[in-house]
Amino acid sequence: MYRWIQQFGSPKYFYDISLVVSKWIGVICLICFIAGLYGGLVIAPPDYQQGDSYRIIYIHVPASWMSLFVYMILAISGAITLIWRIKIADFVARSSAIIGASFTFLALATGAIWGKPMWGTYWVWDARLTSELILLFLYLGYIALQSSFEDRRVGARAGAILALIGVINIPIIHYSVEWWSTLHQGPTISKLDAPSIHYSMLIPLLLMAIAYKTFYIYTLLINIRSEIIESEYNATWVKKMIGD
Amino acid sequence: MLFENFFSMGGYGIYVWSAYAITFIVLILNLFFTIKREKKILRNYKKK
Amino acid sequence: MSPRKKRIFVICIVLSGITISVALILTAFEKNLMYFYSPTEVANGSAPEVRDFRIGGIVLKDSVKRNVDNLKVSFVLTDTVSEIEVQYEGILPDLFREGQGIVANGKLQSNNIFIAKQVLAKHDENYMPPEVAEALEKANSHFMEQYK
Repeated sequence: MYRWIQQFGSPKYFYDISLVVSKWIGVICLICFIAGLYGGLVIAPPDYQQGDSYRIIYIHVPASWMSLFVYMILAISGAITLIWRIKIADFVARSSAIIGASFTFLALATGAIWGKPMWGTYWVWDARLTSELILLFLYLGYIALQSSFEDRRVGARAGAILALIGVINIPIIHYSVEWWSTLHQGPTISKLDAPSIHYSMLIPLLLMAIAYKTFYIYTLLINIRSEIIESEYNATWVKKMIGD
Repeated sequence: MLFENFFSMGGYGIYVWSAYAITFIVLILNLFFTIKREKKILRNYKKK
Repeated sequence: MSPRKKRIFVICIVLSGITISVALILTAFEKNLMYFYSPTEVANGSAPEVRDFRIGGIVLKDSVKRNVDNLKVSFVLTDTVSEIEVQYEGILPDLFREGQGIVANGKLQSNNIFIAKQVLAKHDENYMPPEVAEALEKANSHFMEQYK
């Protein structure tokens, strides 16, 4: 296990693979985005209650999913940084923070815009919305903390500790709609039940979910490459690969 | 007309399109700065 | 500013940010850990009497009375066990209709009428085309008739 992590964590190995993978990820992302947008905005029928306003679901739900997913990546790579001191793990965490904060912001912003016509308000302090706002603060806190140290390694460790403390918020966000009575409705798609959304509306949603996830991986890979070159500035393999 | 329907979104056009616009802007900015950073780092490296 | 001072400054900001957000959670959840009360809870007196609170339930069919001259509206809120009359003046959200779940914010009067300052619609997690909803409704009423 450790050896495998180390091999995968070796910057050169990672760099080589990421060059090939990121291209294909980018292509998949673009295709899913176009198909998902077309399906969601043009093909999918209006909702029986919410009319056309429900189409915000295609950008709101994937952003919310990604805000949680990216945070888990941030926390896990933080834990790896603390335990094994593997450089790549720190790169993953660093490269995830801004895009994770972006997803969280988008989940909040699109939700507010959706809430105005349907609920009758942009914002309420219910458990779901409040815990998602705290997630945004956690991301911003991580970015500020991790960049405020002169010594990168100290910054990485401090950020990792903050990220791990913040993990407590993730199940709170997820189960908030079940634990407390909230204005926000329960999950449309959960792993145990059949989705409570018609398949003609579900397919574009899944396409958009793939598009968001591949978008994250795409930017993540590019950012990690930048981090690698910055930190391995004098390594011979970097000279060989880029220098000529 | 079908095209008009698409833009008005059954009267919710302002909400739907502003949500999509914000999403588009934020994602594009993320992509732009990511690619710009990689290019800059590679260029600096080659200059050296 | 020296780098060390800058670092202390940022750590202070982060810490105060965390403190503020934790304080926010605690106050927000303390007061309304339950975002709203049900009509049954209001009926058996577990809702606050003095301060404002939120009540959530379903708008009873055929109970909505609109005033022709102004935006005053009254309706009955139910959770299928208890009912409570709600009065409100203002613009209702688009989703407000009979049979719809809503959350109203306001005060309970001594005559057991809830005066709402704000009415929000709560929708469920189901999404489907109008035709499918119609078909479901039809099938449902057919089913009900058979087992009457």
